Amino acid sequence: MTRYILFRILWLIIVLLVVSFITFSLMHLVPGGPWDKTKTLAPQVVEALNKKYGLDKPFFAQFGDFLWNILHGDLGVSYTLQDRSVTSIILQGLPKTATLGVIAFILAILIGIPFGMAAALKQNSIIDYLSVIFSTIFASIPGFVLGILLIIIFSVELHWLPTGGWGSVQQIIMPAFALATLPAAFIARITRSSTLEVMRQDYVRTAQAMGIKQRVILVRHILRNALIPVVTMAGPELAFLVSGSFIIENLFSIPGIGRMFVNGVFARDYGLIMGSVLFYGFVVAGLNLVVDILYGVIDPRIRYD
Amino acid sequence: MTIAAESVRPHHTLWGDAWIRLRRNKLAVTGGVIILLITLLAIIYPFFSKYDFASQDLNAILQSPSSEHLLGTDELGRDVMTRLITGARTSLMVGIFTQIIVLAIGLPLGAISGATGGKTDNFIMRFVDIIYAFPDLLLIILLRSILGGSIYMIFLAIGLVNWVGVARLVRGQILSLKQRDFVTAARVFGGTGGYITTRHLLPNSLGPVIVTVTFNIPRAIFTEAALSYIGIGVQPPTPSWGAMIRDGYNVIFAAPHLVLFPAIAIGILMLSFTFLGDGLRDALDPRLRR
Repeated sequence: MTRYILFRILWLIIVLLVVSFITFSLMHLVPGGPWDKTKTLAPQVVEALNKKYGLDKPFFAQFGDFLWNILHGDLGVSYTLQDRSVTSIILQGLPKTATLGVIAFILAILIGIPFGMAAALKQNSIIDYLSVIFSTIFASIPGFVLGILLIIIFSVELHWLPTGGWGSVQQIIMPAFALATLPAAFIARITRSSTLEVMRQDYVRTAQAMGIKQRVILVRHILRNALIPVVTMAGPELAFLVSGSFIIENLFSIPGIGRMFVNGVFARDYGLIMGSVLFYGFVVAGLNLVVDILYGVIDPRIRYD
Repeated sequence: MTIAAESVRPHHTLWGDAWIRLRRNKLAVTGGVIILLITLLAIIYPFFSKYDFASQDLNAILQSPSSEHLLGTDELGRDVMTRLITGARTSLMVGIFTQIIVLAIGLPLGAISGATGGKTDNFIMRFVDIIYAFPDLLLIILLRSILGGSIYMIFLAIGLVNWVGVARLVRGQILSLKQRDFVTAARVFGGTGGYITTRHLLPNSLGPVIVTVTFNIPRAIFTEAALSYIGIGVQPPTPSWGAMIRDGYNVIFAAPHLVLFPAIAIGILMLSFTFLGDGLRDALDPRLRR
């Protein structure tokens, strides 16, 4: 187990190194430099700016500097928001993105698991059909389409909720739901099929034959085993939430990391782009690692060699 | 000894069988018919429409749906119906061309990886893992900002990120097919590696690939819509559903229909592809054969 974890961490470091190298080289291929957007600058000024940010050095020296700084928790400087480090920009956006993501994830679990379980326990009933229909629909409608429908209904027509912004509970309801429906639908589908699978197992029949109360069987035998595939999917789902948050944050004007990243792309802010890509990579890869390790804890049948 | 007549099954090929099962699936048929209708409309409607998708009429801006403009007009007085249907062209083109790129990269790399194994396999799969470790949209936005302008570069950016799924799938299929008796038989008869791969391994892994591609299409359509929505997708005046949503969003209180119609269109098209994909997956599953 320890060997497996060490191996995975090593692999994570390699992945991040390769990813930062790819991002770094790609950013150098971009036509146009970071100083192009503002009015044409005198060549001397450009030279001075390049010198200040180390852009006059050879490619690999710049990459080396970049890596060295990352090791010190410094993701570089933003080229458009002067005097702000990428680390501070990310730390400023992080609480919003993380709050939204965590709320959406909890919502997805609270909606997905009960619906999936109910559908499986009452297979072929009306609840089952409704749950299957809704999970199919919500699994294929992107969050931002749903977000727009929510805005039209609750902001434009009913005037119940604000269209966007950050800070109040009302402002978080719609983006959290828009972000949560897709993973909720996936969780409901997986929970349903894995519960159906587990219910057919011999140990469930044995428990029933022994006269154990249905509720106890449900919690101890069915739920615990049925949720294993749900946990496996949690990693990809979290990655989904991260991707989804780019668009949702833009739609609902939430000043999180996703929105800053998109602004950075517009402004050709290399520093901000590379910093956020690396940060996202770290978060997603780290979450996947945690999920894989948790997987072994939950399901003792799984052995890592 | 003669075989009893009733024990002889009518001959069905896998594909014929799948087609029969697909036709029985109402949702899949509905999805397929909607996709066909949207495609037909997207091809022929612009020839019959009174309006051009780019022509502005500043005397008729932000009109609600009427008999003159079936879905109303936008903030520049352009006919929303015409723009919506021309936007379907953009979406369908994105769906199809990205998958051509995905197949062009994913099929050969997956096949090589699975068929040769060893170091080549390891190298390709580690590369796939690295791309896999990232949220797609992030990489696509990155590539998009590097590749720049035209709509073809959007196809390329999406294709360059999404091929990894197909490569993994094909590799997995080939690894399991390699153990099968008919492949051993082909080898015993002297088939070379290339021959076995192209004649036996690839054709037999086609079913799951078709299903994956059917599910990939709506994802690509969504990606384009999302890129256009945040303003780095298809450039105006080419209509795209994502861009229509972005433009309409500024006047959402005055004319919610500008945002509503493209949002519903994206939803319907994506749902149709999902229904068709679900149907294909069930239809092509040999375990369900009768």
